[in-house]
Amino acid sequence: MPETKPLQLICPAGSLPALKAAVDHGADGVYLGFKDNTNARNFSGLNFDDKSLAEGIRYAQTKGRQVLLALNTYPQPATLARWHRAVDKAAHLGVDAVILADPGLMAYAVKTHPQLRLHLSVQGSATSYEAIEFYRERFGIRRAVLPRVLSLAQVRNVVENTDVEIELFGFGGLCVMVEGRCLLSSYACGDSPNTFGACSPGHAVRWQQTPQGMETRLNGVLIDRYADNEKAGYPTLCKGRFQVRGETYYALEEPTSLNTLEMLPEMLRLGIAAIKIEGRQRSPAYVAQVTRVWRAAIDAVKRSADGFTPNPAWMAELNKVSEGSMHTLGAYYRPWK
Amino acid sequence: MKLSLGPLLYYWSREDTLVFFEAAASWPVDIVHLGEAVCSRRHLLRLPDWLDLAGRLADAGKEVVLSTLPLIESESDLKTLRRITGNGRFLVEANDFGAVRLLAEAGAAFVAGPTLNVYNPDTLALLREAGAVRWVPPVEMPREMLAAMPVPEGMQTELFAYGRLPLAFSARCFTARHYNLQKDDCQFKCLDHPDGLALDTREGETFLTLNGIQTQSGKVMSLAHRLGELAGLKVDCLRLSPQSRHMDRVVALFRGLLDGDIAADQAPARLERLMPGQPCDGYWLGEAGMAYRGTAVG
Repeated sequence: MPETKPLQLICPAGSLPALKAAVDHGADGVYLGFKDNTNARNFSGLNFDDKSLAEGIRYAQTKGRQVLLALNTYPQPATLARWHRAVDKAAHLGVDAVILADPGLMAYAVKTHPQLRLHLSVQGSATSYEAIEFYRERFGIRRAVLPRVLSLAQVRNVVENTDVEIELFGFGGLCVMVEGRCLLSSYACGDSPNTFGACSPGHAVRWQQTPQGMETRLNGVLIDRYADNEKAGYPTLCKGRFQVRGETYYALEEPTSLNTLEMLPEMLRLGIAAIKIEGRQRSPAYVAQVTRVWRAAIDAVKRSADGFTPNPAWMAELNKVSEGSMHTLGAYYRPWK
Repeated sequence: MKLSLGPLLYYWSREDTLVFFEAAASWPVDIVHLGEAVCSRRHLLRLPDWLDLAGRLADAGKEVVLSTLPLIESESDLKTLRRITGNGRFLVEANDFGAVRLLAEAGAAFVAGPTLNVYNPDTLALLREAGAVRWVPPVEMPREMLAAMPVPEGMQTELFAYGRLPLAFSARCFTARHYNLQKDDCQFKCLDHPDGLALDTREGETFLTLNGIQTQSGKVMSLAHRLGELAGLKVDCLRLSPQSRHMDRVVALFRGLLDGDIAADQAPARLERLMPGQPCDGYWLGEAGMAYRGTAVG
């Protein structure tokens, strides 16, 4: 694998058409997963089987782009072999790296496929260089994806104290909790990102028109209720409206997307290896649109970091596809906390 | 079967905290966890205070464990972490892999805390090799999965058996958010909510509990009526998570159940009077964590 250039653009591929859209519109790499609970976007109709993965790898690598395979849920005793087989397949099909969260699975990958490049998934919840160094020393990880909880100053402290490449989320759905440390979904409906590979899974969702308005429920729990003039959103449970001491509001987070476009110059200066776009559950059209904007922005910032300002047209285009048509800098901007 | 008092997850006044743990010295618990395990802004007891308390509890015959923060954000968090992992006297519960690295480097035995996400035998074995002598399964782990985990020689299992479930951590403080305050200027509002801040659905159903950067269950997890189901599992201790009122009676009830002085079928009714919310036991059965069946299986 060639030496990594800074600010690679890593885009989501929930399907072969999405992968092609990402590659065609300028992604340096795509990330994807198999059609099962070995990855954290285990939604029906998404992801790759062996045949589509082989085709996707061929398509991307022929054009000099990378394919990163997410195996970032936590293997469990009864089904451990499924994760092992997935690592084996990844190695045999020739992916550029696997993105793992579980130390036991990393140990398996290192032992069985010593040439396989390992990335630490955001689901590994590593927020300090001490944690990242744990995985580097033991498993030789080459890159870590940071949870969306650190301010940029805190990110800098991580970058300055490890040789492991750092990948940051730049755009898309915003987990308000530390990834890998959130059991809200399994508390409400039995399936958690850690073991099942999905948060607020579709099978637990109910939409119901009532005299009080459209209600969205997750396994019976009322996540939100919408007046006629409000657009009802998917009931991701941390983005609902709840009551706290008699006040009804978005108690955890608004339905909003992360958008860090304006922070690109600082990310370049910090030496961030890659920017990740969230959204494997989104359409190929979304992937094409977001990839195009981010490609243009990254190229612009590399030409001139000092003179960089986000083009208003880019922001408008990104807001069109943002959850709730709103965006935030999230934890990178300290007052968000 | 040992009883373990989990780390205090709430923020209480200095006096209330000291009174609570001084009292715990005479409760029938074998293990006491000390230290700040949620938010680095909480400072009414600093590490030297926790260490003083640890010494007194150790003198009273308790095994003391110092818990570390599950979310490490800054260099100052790391400084505190290094002082804890290098304390040289008390066992440490590692709640992130940075702590594991420091403890393994120092050759210190440690407890692998519930946020390390140990879901399979390979990871458990790896932690044993790194020096873990006890582990706490993720609170969402069902009985069936625990039964399928081969526990390495020299490793004890501590099961979360009572209390509001720690479910999630964030960089954002939800208590400060409720008061329209920024986290850096939170005015320590957690002090006003000794058992957290209730978050209900819009139809008034209890759902979650806000506790600063931590989100807990609204319901109170209890395995008191299911202690018989631990037979055949290699569980060495039960973790009881502190609450502001009646903790002495909760501990006594679990001790009575384990000693056979209290019948299991009496446990739910007696315990519910002591709980700050409705009970739940769904995780243990492989269901939604908030579910509650009440009666033991089989």
